[in-house]
Amino acid sequence: MRKPQPFPHAVAIVGVGMSKFGAFPDKSSRDLFVEAFRELRATVDKGFDPAVIESLYLGNFSSDLFEGQGHMAPIMADAVGLCPVPAMRLEDACASGGVALRQGVLAVASGMQDVVLVGGAERMTKLPTAQVTDTLGAAADTLFEIPAGFTFPGFYAAIATAYMHRYGMTPEHLMNVAIKNHENGALNPKAQFGVTIPDWMQGRIAAAVKKGKPAPTWRDQWDFLHDNAANPMVAWPLRLFDCSPVTDGAACVLLVSGERAREFTDNPVYIIGAGQASDAALHDRADLTTLSAARGAAAQAYEQAGVRASDIRIAEVHDCFTIAEIIASEDLGFFAPGTGYRAAEDGMTARDGARPINTSGGLKSKGHPVGASGVGQAIEVFKQMRGEAGARQVAGDVPLAVTHNVGATGSTCVVHVYERR
Amino acid sequence: MSIPRNWRTRQQRYSLKAEVCNACGNTIFPPRDVCPHCAEQKQSWTNLSGRGEIYSFTTMYSAPAGFEEYAPYTMALVKLAEGPMITAQLTDVDTEDVKIGMPVEMVTRKLSQDGDEGQILYGYKFRPMLRQVA
Repeated sequence: MRKPQPFPHAVAIVGVGMSKFGAFPDKSSRDLFVEAFRELRATVDKGFDPAVIESLYLGNFSSDLFEGQGHMAPIMADAVGLCPVPAMRLEDACASGGVALRQGVLAVASGMQDVVLVGGAERMTKLPTAQVTDTLGAAADTLFEIPAGFTFPGFYAAIATAYMHRYGMTPEHLMNVAIKNHENGALNPKAQFGVTIPDWMQGRIAAAVKKGKPAPTWRDQWDFLHDNAANPMVAWPLRLFDCSPVTDGAACVLLVSGERAREFTDNPVYIIGAGQASDAALHDRADLTTLSAARGAAAQAYEQAGVRASDIRIAEVHDCFTIAEIIASEDLGFFAPGTGYRAAEDGMTARDGARPINTSGGLKSKGHPVGASGVGQAIEVFKQMRGEAGARQVAGDVPLAVTHNVGATGSTCVVHVYERR
Repeated sequence: MSIPRNWRTRQQRYSLKAEVCNACGNTIFPPRDVCPHCAEQKQSWTNLSGRGEIYSFTTMYSAPAGFEEYAPYTMALVKLAEGPMITAQLTDVDTEDVKIGMPVEMVTRKLSQDGDEGQILYGYKFRPMLRQVA
């Protein structure tokens, strides 16, 4: 494979927009995408005319199955007034958004385009949970994995089991990830479950009292998380609070060439590395405690950017399940294999830790509208690097950041490196 | 699973029919036209022994459609004696007794049912090895 090269043309994010993430029975994915685009349009520092946009790259996993609507890219382009520019949908399961971002980056980096819109959207809550499970299952091998009785929580649970067996992690260690991400998400007004676990607990108690039912008596959040009624087992060792939710949402970012960035803002965030790799189904892997596609994508992105993992200040990683964040923190090179769970336990990945991870609340608390998630990650990094993350802003400068977006069990992984100049 | 897919994959599900790559010697399951190890296209058929050990597992409490009657059930990645890893449900075992490294063997069982009037899918599951093979 060819060695990753620095981009021929610099690529900058100059504007972002995101719908609220959540469950919106009255909105289609195009409504959510319009909401995201309106925010982008209203918040580009120096304003901009959408007529300068040359292409739309849209991440979307399965509008066909979720909404009965295929061919989503031109529909979205029309919804935000972009026709007749080329519009294309990128589908790599839950990495669709990150893959769309990478395609937009490559278009600008090549010099072929100067201004492109990268979007992501997914409308998932219309279907009953069983059908959502089946639809997401289509991202796995439907001949030999799904017919055997697996689901995505099951796959990640098997990954967690292998990791626990090798490194001595316990299910309690995973809970640290959920606790932290809900603490961060509670400070994110766009989050679907933007509430800390202690506040969630208090809400449950208040609701029980209001209904005249006996109030649960959890001692603390750990007691709550161990309660099979409050936090049921989904696929041992993963419980409900180890899993990201089913979400409706959309996100978009405006990518422009470095030469033109200052037309839009004096405060651009540059993308200097874009790596992507693929892998086989889970049963064809030599090791379940790491995602080789994530390691490959990270190696490419770091080499292209000319940076090392130790240079990175913050990361948004694909915590579709709590175990996935632990493994991501190792695959990105922040912690040695088998030590990520201890780093999480020690608070190293908290907002005030040495290497904050998922300051947005991550997929766990912010929500996981699968095609939009990878784009949403770029938005959090953009805000943190510009000092615009409000109550969840990390202390000090953020000169370098990373996003890590995974499709299925790591059959696709995309890693981007961001720089503030 | 649709009836044509059921038919086309039956030899794998009923008898673990696999391939051996004539170029690199690796055993390939599920079979495919190109070897995932060396990208060569020369394979011959083989039948797997159906014996292996548990590489990892999970117990499913939230079952997908068609599997509700089994919940909670244990899913495993089984490392077969011939090399490939296989995705399968465990049977004839208490979930709390399942351990990584446990020797298991293939049996044929009902896998799932597509509603009250749909087809029943049969295929491999794995159970703890009943007898040691010398």
